Amino acid sequence: MKKLKQLSLVLLTSIVFTACSNDDDSSNPEPVNEEEVITTLTATLTPVGGGAAIIFEYRDLDGDGPDAPVVSAPALTANTTYNGTLVLLNETVSPAELINEEIEEESNDHQFFYSASNDIATFTYDDVDGNGDPLGLAFTLTTVDADALGTLTITLRHEPSKSADGVADGDITNAGGATDIEAVFPIEIQ
Amino acid sequence: MKYYIMILCCCIFSWSQSQNCSATLSGKVLDFHDGSPITNATIFIESLNKYTTTDVNGQFSVTALCNAPIVIVVSHLACETKTVNITIEGNTFIDITLEHHIEELNEVQVAGVSNTKVTKTTQESVLKTETIDRFSSLNLGDALKQISGVSSINTGNSIVKPVINGLHSSRIIVMTNGVRLQDQQWGIEHAPNIDLNTAGSINVIKGANALAYGGDAIGGVIILKPSRISLKDSLYGKTIVSGQTNGRGYNANTSLTKTYKKGWYVGAQASVKRFGDFETPDYSLTNSGLNTKGFSVNGGFKTFEKGFNVYYSHLDNEIAILRASHIGNIEDLVNAINSQQPAVIEDFSYDINAPKQDVTHQVFKTEFYKRFKTFGRVDLQYDYQNNQRLEYDIRVGDDRDTPAIDLTLKTHTLKTNVKLDSNSNITYHFGVNAGYQNNFADPKTGVRRLIPDYDKYDLGGFVISNIRLNNSIHMDFGLRYDYNQIDAKKFYLTSRWNERNYDTDFGDLVIDDLGTQLLTNPVFEYSNISASAGMAYQLDTHNSFIFNYGLSNRAPNPSELFSDGLHHSAARIELGDLRLKQETSNRVSGTYNYTKNDLSLNFEAFYNHIKDYIFIEPTGTETTIRGAFPVWSYNQTNAAIYGLDITANYNFNDQWFLKHKSSFTKGKDIGQDQALIDMPSLKTVNSIGYSNLKWLKLKTELQSELVFRQNDYPNNNFEVFIPTTQQTALVDVSTTPPTYHLLHLQSNITLDISKKTNLNIGLNITNVLNTNYRENLNRLRYFADDLGRNIMLQLKLNY
Repeated sequence: MKKLKQLSLVLLTSIVFTACSNDDDSSNPEPVNEEEVITTLTATLTPVGGGAAIIFEYRDLDGDGPDAPVVSAPALTANTTYNGTLVLLNETVSPAELINEEIEEESNDHQFFYSASNDIATFTYDDVDGNGDPLGLAFTLTTVDADALGTLTITLRHEPSKSADGVADGDITNAGGATDIEAVFPIEIQ
Repeated sequence: MKYYIMILCCCIFSWSQSQNCSATLSGKVLDFHDGSPITNATIFIESLNKYTTTDVNGQFSVTALCNAPIVIVVSHLACETKTVNITIEGNTFIDITLEHHIEELNEVQVAGVSNTKVTKTTQESVLKTETIDRFSSLNLGDALKQISGVSSINTGNSIVKPVINGLHSSRIIVMTNGVRLQDQQWGIEHAPNIDLNTAGSINVIKGANALAYGGDAIGGVIILKPSRISLKDSLYGKTIVSGQTNGRGYNANTSLTKTYKKGWYVGAQASVKRFGDFETPDYSLTNSGLNTKGFSVNGGFKTFEKGFNVYYSHLDNEIAILRASHIGNIEDLVNAINSQQPAVIEDFSYDINAPKQDVTHQVFKTEFYKRFKTFGRVDLQYDYQNNQRLEYDIRVGDDRDTPAIDLTLKTHTLKTNVKLDSNSNITYHFGVNAGYQNNFADPKTGVRRLIPDYDKYDLGGFVISNIRLNNSIHMDFGLRYDYNQIDAKKFYLTSRWNERNYDTDFGDLVIDDLGTQLLTNPVFEYSNISASAGMAYQLDTHNSFIFNYGLSNRAPNPSELFSDGLHHSAARIELGDLRLKQETSNRVSGTYNYTKNDLSLNFEAFYNHIKDYIFIEPTGTETTIRGAFPVWSYNQTNAAIYGLDITANYNFNDQWFLKHKSSFTKGKDIGQDQALIDMPSLKTVNSIGYSNLKWLKLKTELQSELVFRQNDYPNNNFEVFIPTTQQTALVDVSTTPPTYHLLHLQSNITLDISKKTNLNIGLNITNVLNTNYRENLNRLRYFADDLGRNIMLQLKLNY
């Protein structure tokens, strides 16, 4: 009787072993196209009072890959106010995915921050989130006198503390949260 | 029913008595192992109340027996008593074998007497049930830190990996109930998924000397064994319930075992654990809770000669990861390091939100063994493990509840062991094992795979011999060969593939070109040879020495080979390397042990030279649209790790005692002539204790834990331009936290409730002084302090 039990156990063991080890198939795994990646940020700056729009672009087509982002930023005109709008894309998928919608849906958890070195420009928010706090997909940019050089940095913070000191005015210092975008443009004011 | 059978037996007996009663039963009593005759064994015929003993040749005879079934009880000093049922039919001859190896007997006899070591000639320590119970609400890594030379590498306080003499992850084998755990071998945040409550004892072997378990354990082997089963009709169990202030959580564990004299047994165990946000002395660690559920069942049949065991365990661990550790880029990291405060501090909550891990681990095992007379023992085992690992990052939009990592790791292992122990002076142990592993990374995550899909095949064999030269010298020699093959299907970004120059070196691995991504099929094969030699020398009753040498090879693991991409909770880009070779470890060690009266001293020294040691280190930065990230790459160098572990105990008298434990580990990168990264600090633990049997078996102990600053670390700091401040900032990822000192108090009393039931009440206070500190080997040390004071009350009911 005991022998029988042991025998059946061995049998069971070998069945389980052979049965389970055949669960791989040789087909290739599916590629993953990352959905949350933001590859491209474009800021369209339209001069108030007319004129051609200027387009800044920050583009990193391989996402978290080794290739550095490609940046283009045409010169801005001195003492001009521009109405700015942002477009965010994921170009690793085809057709490119528009990320703006996601940010608008979760506007309370996002905020853009604008800063310029050498005080070459000042910024104001032109839109609000669900709570009436600034969001920053739309903004205005006002330049200073001609012949100035500097950088313009656009930062998107995820889950910032919007009520912290200065954050509503666009000061990133106390914002906290995690950075989703940090795009730096070298700027010339003509 | 019993009475009925008895009456029936009596009837048969009285009937047979009227028959011819002139038969002779003669026989021989022999040693089970080597067949030698056993002299002076007692032969007792129960039903007739007749005694006799065996002669010099192990022979005996009993005359004037009737033709009937009888029961003979054979016993001998230092042997297990054996009962034999036999039917007399005329003159009858019988051979009876007895088992007389005391050590072996420990395995089958009553639990809790002594915890035997697995090896004789290596540096090995044992944690007993009592210690394990105290850590019931914690995890394996925490409990093992009670052993000198064992530290831990952490991600917060719930993801804890054991480090043995400076080595961790795939350099350590964890065996649970005979099964090699498959889930803790990859990164720092892959902690072993083991319910500590399933273990009756834990053996830790330093160095790769337990070749029966594997040849690649350069760091050591951790063996968790279930409680022993006693061969008697019994029903026993244990329930532990505890509650603690830090994390405002509870832990409950209960187990019940039913055993039968014949050898059958069945047992079950279940545990639950629930903790909310833990606290430092100053603030709450938002999102640091834990939710664990586990159970196991175990059953089988066990005698000295044969037995089998079927085991299943299920463990589900949901572990929150500190909210403040999820950062966006290098600037966030600089802010975290400089601010010395977590970026997110919220009120206490039991909620477990992203980032978090949800890991389910299942083990199924079946085993049977049989001993053959004058030969030895043969074991056959099959086990299956299923590890489902989900890791959630903070994600937005529709992906909010989708894990960023979704891995299913399945492992099948078949192994057989043979132990030849018929000669007690020289025993041989050999075995072979075959394994198949499949990893599946679900593409539904929408995140590129951290670990690719792969199939892995293992084949190994070993021979170990234990030689007893005389009563004071034992020697061990072992040799093992392993073959592994990894057959992976891995997508690379084309830009990454070219940047690493894989296009020139590994161009033939590409099987599909998708434009921005390449599908590759790396197939790597490794042959590993490992060997060990050891000697234990007992100089006299007080002094003993152990010398040991171990050679082992470890093949790079899939994370070291294939990692590629942004690791969110570490805010770093991690890069594996297809060019990595096996690492080869040569470890020599020596142990001196002194025991006299109330003093015991143990010194363990080791030197481990590791050729092509694989490690991860910062190698630069890369810029993405999120900003800059540090890049950590796997690299190889020749390394030397050496150190000294000291344990000392002194009993002043029956009540008061002192205990001391220190470990000192140095790691040197010989190639770059600098310190090795991630080495444990110098640590010394001293305790004073008082126990008194008269006061409800009071045991109390005050422990002082002093951890010195790690002064030897490679300087991997780098500078980075921070756009928002328009300044260059130093990213200080290297500087180690300062020295810290903690006090812990533990005490317990035992109340006897009935003859078989007792209640143990324990009070444990850790970090009594509520000290602020950060531990060097905690990866979240950049973001927050470690835990503050914790008061835990534990009730343990043994029945």
